[in-house]
Amino acid sequence: MDWALANLPRILSLTVDHLLLSLPAVAAAFLLALPLGRVADRLGRLREPLLGSAGLLYAIPSLPLFIVLPILIGTGVRDALNVIVALTLFGLALMVRSAADAFGAVSQDVRLAAVAVGQSRWGAFLTVELPLAGPALLAGLRVVSVSTISLVSVSAVLGVASLGSLFTDGFQRGIVPSIAAGIIMTVLLAVVVDLLLVGLGRLAMPWQRTQARRAGS
Amino acid sequence: MIEFDHVTKTYPDGTTAVRDFSLTVPSHTTTVLLGSSGCGKTTLLRMVNRMVEPTSGEVRIDGETVSSRPPVQLRRSIGYVMQHSGLMPHRRVVDNIATVPRLNGVSRGAAQERARDLMELVDLAPELARRYPAQLSGGQQQRVGVARALADDPNILLMDEPFGAVDPLVRVELQSQLRRLQVQLRKTIIFVTHDIDEALALGDQIVVLRSGGEVAQIGTPRELVEEPADAFVSRFLGLQDGRRRLHASPRVGGGWTVVDDTGRPVGLIEGEDGTEPAAPSPEGC
Amino acid sequence: MTHLMEALQWVLSAESWAGPGGLGVRTAEHLWYTLLALVLSTAIALPAGLVIGHTGRGRALAVLSTGAARALPTLGIITLAGLAVGIGLKAPMIAFVVLAVPSIIAGAYSGVEAVDRRVVDAARAQGLSPWQVLVTVEVPLGLRLILGGVRLATLQVIATATLAAYVGAGGLGRPLFLGLRNHDYAMMLGASLVVIAVAILVDALFIAALRILRRIPGIH
Ligand SMILES: Nc1ncnc2c1ncn2[C@@H]1O[C@H](COP(=O)(O)OP(=O)(O)OP(=O)(O)O)[C@@H](O)[C@H]1O
Ligand SMILES: [Mg+2]
Repeated sequence: MDWALANLPRILSLTVDHLLLSLPAVAAAFLLALPLGRVADRLGRLREPLLGSAGLLYAIPSLPLFIVLPILIGTGVRDALNVIVALTLFGLALMVRSAADAFGAVSQDVRLAAVAVGQSRWGAFLTVELPLAGPALLAGLRVVSVSTISLVSVSAVLGVASLGSLFTDGFQRGIVPSIAAGIIMTVLLAVVVDLLLVGLGRLAMPWQRTQARRAGS
Repeated sequence: MIEFDHVTKTYPDGTTAVRDFSLTVPSHTTTVLLGSSGCGKTTLLRMVNRMVEPTSGEVRIDGETVSSRPPVQLRRSIGYVMQHSGLMPHRRVVDNIATVPRLNGVSRGAAQERARDLMELVDLAPELARRYPAQLSGGQQQRVGVARALADDPNILLMDEPFGAVDPLVRVELQSQLRRLQVQLRKTIIFVTHDIDEALALGDQIVVLRSGGEVAQIGTPRELVEEPADAFVSRFLGLQDGRRRLHASPRVGGGWTVVDDTGRPVGLIEGEDGTEPAAPSPEGC
Repeated sequence: MTHLMEALQWVLSAESWAGPGGLGVRTAEHLWYTLLALVLSTAIALPAGLVIGHTGRGRALAVLSTGAARALPTLGIITLAGLAVGIGLKAPMIAFVVLAVPSIIAGAYSGVEAVDRRVVDAARAQGLSPWQVLVTVEVPLGLRLILGGVRLATLQVIATATLAAYVGAGGLGRPLFLGLRNHDYAMMLGASLVVIAVAILVDALFIAALRILRRIPGIH
């Protein structure tokens, strides 16, 4: 506790770094997964192979990906962008499947009914499909946000600043409270962001109050 | 003989499904528990094989209270058939039927042979033996369910709406098969249904239940139809609507045609011995 | 791209694989850690998860803790364990188990829960004992989800095992960190590629196993 109080400014600035790495990745993964999931859901026989290979991305351990990725996208290993892109890929690996399943669960009848009453396909997507898939999308998003926030720290061994730096510093200098503070802050951050997402979900989908609370557990 | 002796069941959530219910089920006969949804039929049935423990009172089989017998062993000695056959989807038909003999230590070969005999008994083609349940029709699955319940030759058969989920034609077929089987096997059967036609077709004794497992009337099918105890039973049997208020009207070319209250024909009348009846009154029964 | 060529060259050269610190030994260590961690965590988590699924007891707690476990930062756990028990295999092993157990528990109870209740009910009615219901009905029918949990745990352990070298253990993290420290790009990159290959191969094994299971009738 004393240690944490003495180092509060540093902890807070690392928390901000942590958020600046994880939130863009979560947002990017979510926004990219929507069209990809929607398209994947309609691919028929190609659906499973496509979703399967997206899932395979998730099998790649994070540290090696942080190292290999710069070659492909031309950044440096210690670049924030490198970490964000890698985390986005992990997020996509989870989110594309959730999105495809979420859209898949919106029944064809409902979709056709929307088109039948004269909505354009784009209009039907925005006003019917998206809201109906909403709760399942939110559940997927919550999983992605929690796992992204916990994954970020690994990049600290490469020298990228985040709450993970509390682990590397703490380990090298033998300060247990530093590591403990890092773990507690990471979990806290994950919980706070999760609650925010649930809150946003309720604002965006007021009709789903009870289900939203249960989703994603 | 199965006796329900003042049994009451209150579930943990406070629902009292059965209140102070008593009944004697004679051996080698079929007793039908008839009642609408939620009146406690399944609860009563499951007290016999200890899938449900009564809150008070006891159930006895041949004078011995079931609570003195280990549930697993008790269940192996009682056949049970349910509405959704509940067959194990990962086992072949023959292995599903052989379940209880195998549990009771019969060798695999002997159990399978027994299973094939039973398939014949319930009119299942032998080539279905190697299929999986999902590869059968609903009616075939129910037959397998019956065969499985009979596999270790239990004295008692509990049947919980066993034909409730199949189409009406198949249901009638399964009912008449059960009747034939019962002539041959003479099991003590408790049969749950909310279908009055099924009850009249199968029961030696019918127990009409109100909600809470309260007995409205016990009697043979004939007693029920001829002397319904009260308006509830009479309404339940459909005696007050047109369907069972039948009239005989003279048939062209002699004899009688039976019509319902709205004048629609439902059958022909012959005497008990196949001859024409003496003289039914043309109007009213 | 020259980095990549150099890395591939390094991976493909015989001397990288030979010797006590070579890729051969490191890969074997990596797989050995993974196997050991899985055996340990399965021994703890599988019975626990099956009991939770079978009885429904402790479910709320399990849901909560598996959710919380997802938020635990791997590096934090492994460094904390490192400080607590010192350099060597013990610390990473503790971290592996802490991270793998929740996934396996979650897979096990959701597998058992996913089994059609009517089939379980019928099995009980036929006189299967609770143990027989679990072993002959619930486990086989829930096998895909149960194995799915083990698969997730495996991926997690393989990834975490890369970090084991950071707290002084072996595994493929060793050449990775060595390359990182010495600015030896070829080694660092090459080791990363090998880890990725190992992870994907192991995952492919799971996918194949799950695909075979799907062919068996009735298995979820
Ligand atoms: N496990 C349980 N926990 C709480 N209440 C229960 C339970 N099982 C049954 N009940 C309640 O007890 C009452 C009787 O249920 P039961 O299943 O015996 O009725 P039933 O006559 O078989 O109905 P159905 O024809 O629908 O099968 C119902 O109100 C039901 O909701
Ligand atoms: Mg019932």
